Amino acid sequence: MSPIFYILAALSVAGALAAVLLKNTVHCALALTAAFAGLALLFLELDAQFAGFVQILVYIGAVAILVVFAILLTRDSETPKDTVYGHNPIIGLVAAAGIFAVLAWAVLQSAAALPHAAASPAAVPAVTVMDIGNALMGRYVLPLEIVALLLTAALIGAVIVAMHEKEGAR
Amino acid sequence: MNPLTGYLLVAALLFAIGLAGALTRRNAILVLIGIELMLNAANLNLIAFWRYGPHPEALTGMMFAIFSIAVAAAEAAVGLGLVISIHRHAHTTDIDQMNRMKG
Repeated sequence: MSPIFYILAALSVAGALAAVLLKNTVHCALALTAAFAGLALLFLELDAQFAGFVQILVYIGAVAILVVFAILLTRDSETPKDTVYGHNPIIGLVAAAGIFAVLAWAVLQSAAALPHAAASPAAVPAVTVMDIGNALMGRYVLPLEIVALLLTAALIGAVIVAMHEKEGAR
Repeated sequence: MNPLTGYLLVAALLFAIGLAGALTRRNAILVLIGIELMLNAANLNLIAFWRYGPHPEALTGMMFAIFSIAVAAAEAAVGLGLVISIHRHAHTTDIDQMNRMKG
């Protein structure tokens, strides 16, 4: 494990923790952006250049902006200052901790069966963006079209859902 | 430690953090943030398995991750549109107060 991995993992985990723990929702959105950036850098560390830059474009460029817009548009209903958590946060925390314990146990138990268990640095996959484009236009062209349809439907649906319904309010 | 194990552990931790946020926060936008974190953790798993798997040139994990990112973007847009719409009707983003299905 390279030190870069530990730094990026710490950045991602710290950003994620801040995103779910901070009280101010705008701070949460900023921390979420830091977590997304850490994940994008982890993708780059994994030699997945295309996925890393897609992560930066889609998540930092679009999803984080959407979240900030939604927070600012719903600003007047600022959460009460007493608590930002629901009725029984302990139950949620216990469930999340239990799931993490099970996942970590499964990962550590199956470490020997994972590929490249000898901890030898695997050869960098010789995959270029051209290969990804060829795959998207060749073998995966039908899923690509379905995703295009889904994105169009989601775009129209989001606009219709968020549109004013009252007469004269449009 | 096996590099893949490290990535899988980080992804599991991010998933647990996102799940904790989605289960405990009251603000609907924060619940969506938790869901986004969980989706990102799954993407990290896919990319890590693609990188250390036996056939990276087949691009299977990479394609899964790219399509997953696209679907997550659609989900975020619709989810935040719903939050804004509910806020317009009920003047709240507190999911504890969203207890009616009539408008």
